[in-house]
Amino acid sequence: MTAPVQEAALALRLDGITKRFGALTANGDVSLDLRSGEILALLGENGAGKTTLMNILFGHYVADEGQVLVNSGNGSLTELEPGSPHAALEAGIGMVHQHFTLAENLSALDNILLGTQSLATLSTARAPARAKLEDLMARSGLTVSLDARISQLSVGEKQRVEILKALYRDARVLVLDEPTAVLTPQESETLFATLKTLADDGLGIIFISHKLAEVIASSHRVAVLRGGCKVADLPTASCDQRKLAELMVGHEIVETIRTEKEAGRSLFVLKRIFAGQGRDALQDVDLDLKSGEILGIAGVSGNGQTTFAKVISGLEPIVSGEMLLEDQPLTHVDARKMIDIGLARIPEDRHHDGIVGAMSVSENLAIESIRKPENQSFGLLRFAAIRERARSLIKAYDIRCQSEDSPARLLSGGNIQKIVLARTLETMPKVVLAAQPSRGLDVGATSDVHKRLLAARDRGAGVILISEDLDELMRLSDRIAVIHRGKLSEANPTEMLDRSTLGLRMAGHDGEEAA
Amino acid sequence: MIRFEPRGPVPVSRVLSVLVAAAVAALLLAAIPMAFAGLSVFGAYGLMVKGAFGSMFAFTEMLTRATPLILTGLAAAVAFRAKLWNIGAEGQLYAGAMAAVAVGTGAFGGPSLFLIPLVILAGALAGGLVMLGPTLLKTRLGVDEVVTTLLLNFIILLFVQMMLEGPMKDPMGMGWPQSEPILDEAALPKLMARMRIHWGLIIALVASLGVYFMLKRTVWGFEIRAVGENAAAARHSGIPVTATFVRVGLISGALAGLAGVGEVAGLKGYLTADLSPGFGYSGIVVAMLAGLSPVGVIIAALFIASIFVGADSMSRATGVSNYLADLMVAMSLLCVLVAGLFLRFKIRLVGAPAAKETAK
Amino acid sequence: MIEILDILLSANFWAAALRIATPLIFGVIGALICERAGVLNLGIEGIFTAGAMAGWMAVWLGAGLWGGVFVAACAGALFGLIHAILTVPLGLSQHVSGIGVTLFATSLSYFIYRTALPDVSSPPRIDAFQPLDIPVLSELPFIGPALFQQTPLTFLALFLVVATAYVLYRTPLGLAIRAVGDNPSAVESQGLSVYAIRIGTVVAGSAIMALGGAFLTMSAFDAFFFGMVNGRGWICIALTVFASWRPGKALIGALLFGAFDAFQVRLQTEVGSFIPGQIFLMMPYLFSIAALIVVARRADYPRALLVPYFRGQR
Repeated sequence: MTAPVQEAALALRLDGITKRFGALTANGDVSLDLRSGEILALLGENGAGKTTLMNILFGHYVADEGQVLVNSGNGSLTELEPGSPHAALEAGIGMVHQHFTLAENLSALDNILLGTQSLATLSTARAPARAKLEDLMARSGLTVSLDARISQLSVGEKQRVEILKALYRDARVLVLDEPTAVLTPQESETLFATLKTLADDGLGIIFISHKLAEVIASSHRVAVLRGGCKVADLPTASCDQRKLAELMVGHEIVETIRTEKEAGRSLFVLKRIFAGQGRDALQDVDLDLKSGEILGIAGVSGNGQTTFAKVISGLEPIVSGEMLLEDQPLTHVDARKMIDIGLARIPEDRHHDGIVGAMSVSENLAIESIRKPENQSFGLLRFAAIRERARSLIKAYDIRCQSEDSPARLLSGGNIQKIVLARTLETMPKVVLAAQPSRGLDVGATSDVHKRLLAARDRGAGVILISEDLDELMRLSDRIAVIHRGKLSEANPTEMLDRSTLGLRMAGHDGEEAA
Repeated sequence: MIRFEPRGPVPVSRVLSVLVAAAVAALLLAAIPMAFAGLSVFGAYGLMVKGAFGSMFAFTEMLTRATPLILTGLAAAVAFRAKLWNIGAEGQLYAGAMAAVAVGTGAFGGPSLFLIPLVILAGALAGGLVMLGPTLLKTRLGVDEVVTTLLLNFIILLFVQMMLEGPMKDPMGMGWPQSEPILDEAALPKLMARMRIHWGLIIALVASLGVYFMLKRTVWGFEIRAVGENAAAARHSGIPVTATFVRVGLISGALAGLAGVGEVAGLKGYLTADLSPGFGYSGIVVAMLAGLSPVGVIIAALFIASIFVGADSMSRATGVSNYLADLMVAMSLLCVLVAGLFLRFKIRLVGAPAAKETAK
Repeated sequence: MIEILDILLSANFWAAALRIATPLIFGVIGALICERAGVLNLGIEGIFTAGAMAGWMAVWLGAGLWGGVFVAACAGALFGLIHAILTVPLGLSQHVSGIGVTLFATSLSYFIYRTALPDVSSPPRIDAFQPLDIPVLSELPFIGPALFQQTPLTFLALFLVVATAYVLYRTPLGLAIRAVGDNPSAVESQGLSVYAIRIGTVVAGSAIMALGGAFLTMSAFDAFFFGMVNGRGWICIALTVFASWRPGKALIGALLFGAFDAFQVRLQTEVGSFIPGQIFLMMPYLFSIAALIVVARRADYPRALLVPYFRGQR
């Protein structure tokens, strides 16, 4: 993007920020400037310290060293009180978190109003607020239904509410953490167009991203974080994707290669499945997974993926329809039965559903097969065998932990995912369900997950890959289907699809001509 | 500002020292109400120690008092391990006692070898069945078990009163609302001549070891721990969560029921509506003081029993209300709660607000 | 059947229902606002006892009736503060902390009462609140005796229902309380302190709960007895779920409960000779469990209830 901002006033300065968590240095001496009217991209892979830095800026964390300076409107920079979101808001900093910070039981209007009046006030001033917001929405194009409960809004609408929260408080600096992670490509474009308008009005904007294309397309300047330190700060015009990628990762990226392979026979079939309720319900879902293929499922989060994964995991009963594995109908399924017939499941939220944090690594490796004869006899646990197997899995899957007896919660996200991969894939499952398997992992761990999934496919398993990351889907999948409002589109070979076609389908536009 | 940082694995010695520190803190805090009541603090502590340990009689009385506390403590500990909040041990204790009386006062005849196991079994079964209701309401309908088990305590106590004024009333009881006495063949034998200490203590100790073994070494125990620590992950991993809750509920209720058996068949010999001075509620304190460890429950129960017996004796000597004992027990619970923080977190005084670390 | 109708149509019956409901209204409103902020307060049973004892003792020591009410509220607030500190900044189990507060408040109340009055055989009495005989209104047919011959504390309870509803739905404070019980990070990201709001709400809610206890010793009776709270706190926790955390429904729930209880007392005098009294005494508890079962399926718990919040953690 061109039109770099020349001598606009400095809106914000981060000066030598250092933040440590125990032994880990999340940010090391990071300095950063932002001018009014500028769009700055903060680029880095997962775990590079981007979110920590922005949380310090917004007062969720306090830096161990360094300070945040803000232009308080009169042109001079003053130090921001550390550790106080209240002070950050007062100083005109607005933040849109990756996980929205909205109260689902309140209306959009009430969420925006929250905290803007003194708590001793005897009445909520909704009418003047509504007038101001109508005006803001008209100018920025960020329209939402103010009286709708947040729980009834779509992801894109929630994000607009978040931005309006900041604008309503007359923010001069807006920070967005991975704003496009949950949007369709088209929605992302609209968002960046809006941000451009806002920047032209003098707002300073920082957006956090690890997607190179959008950084190149939509920022004036890019700062790259790697391992907690700033490694580059350049005008975007002087960069290309390759250069940024190397700066971000620190070495050349080796992409996981999917080799062409003839798909096998029909393995796992869903016929006219209805399940769940509300926004996330499945409506008449058909699926035909072949052996030796990866079938990607694209979609904006909250369109039925969770129910879909739960049904296949045996955690959600189907209302109607049929599930067949190798032509055998599956009835009265539960999690235990699904595991026993050879279905490996990698849950979306690995901390919540994947591991029991307080139990040891070896116990977590055995948990799915704890009733199998190799782990128990007559109801008594076979400790030696459990630990023996754990040690070999730790080795085979390169799980970094102090010992097999360490509590699993002490492991990093990537290693926790390895525990899940090890215990599910080791049983040579016929079908693998991987829900958002690389979410939040760094490049190394992501590539490890991808290799394991491809290996499963190559030995003939059928893999269902649910992801919100189109790049990941297009790299790994043999075929891709799109889920929207609980309906699953036909799966087309990846070669016949492109991002914009998928994006339109994700937004619910039927792409008959796209196939 | 205080800052919490999560800890890694905690060595047993540290767990022990923190729990002991909590107990000591509670004892020290008790000096405030003692002084308020006009006691000389050191004298009062001295009287308490003498009351609980000063003689063979005092010591066996303390052990007798610890017996039901071990069992109700275990009931709470095993349930809380699975995050099944059974606050109904008081009611389950009465149910167990009632069942023991129902089968042990002449409905069946026979030798001790038959009657004693029968009484024990009946009591355990009754306690377990009482807990089955709230467990099923929780797993089937999502009804909070805390409230249902609490309310059941009142219902069962009223039911006991009703039975004692009606079908279970002792015709020879001179009009007092009490049950017929347990047959000699059905009574738990005394452990020592002329003392009240009885075989219930052995049952309680065996139960502790049994629960310890179950939690540590069996598939059931594995499943209980997994469900308690993370029910969602346990369900996802194919562990039968509902069945585990039902199992835990039955075990927990049965343990509380055994406490009731001990009190009627080992100690009192007949059932009255004031059989338990809140053993069910004290059991929660015992379990928390023990850090939910089944073996720790034994030590915690001895501690709480010493407070009760010691304070009773001190109260008789000085005329100060023996509600002091309940107060000390309650303070122990609050102290151990706070102390628990020292196990889960490294606590540092720093100049920054608490920022909890999340593993990236 | 006629007799049942007679009972239901008598003003006395409804007066009794409202009287029985009064402590529950205080309790449910208190529990409701705590839970709206995301904190389950199982200290309620002990806070009732503390309110009953402290209020009564203040009056007995000469503080005057309203002085007693004030002291009771302060006692409740104090125990609420303990629970709030343990569960909000320290993030301890709300279940266990609540039980701990109940045991502590109950035993402390009993201990202080016994220490102050070591050797009394019958509990000393105070001059309790008398029914307000509001001139014209109390002479209205039916409504007069049912509604306007209550003691001031009943009116205070009714006022608190309205005030709570107003605060929750019409003020910025209410907005913050409802938000913090649903998603604390929504509150923090708008520059408010999660801890301050939660602690403040729990303290205020506990003070209101304590008034329910005060009603027992200063209005329903004129003395303090051991065990007089008798599970009323737990019943309030059940009624809070039944009321879907709404003040209006809380009032209806408490009144229904009061009516049911008043009814069974009257029924008891009719058929008491055939059925043991304990059956009737069990009714309130059974009714509470039944109420929980009825609403359990569609209970819309505040999403952040029982979930501790640590700053910087999302």
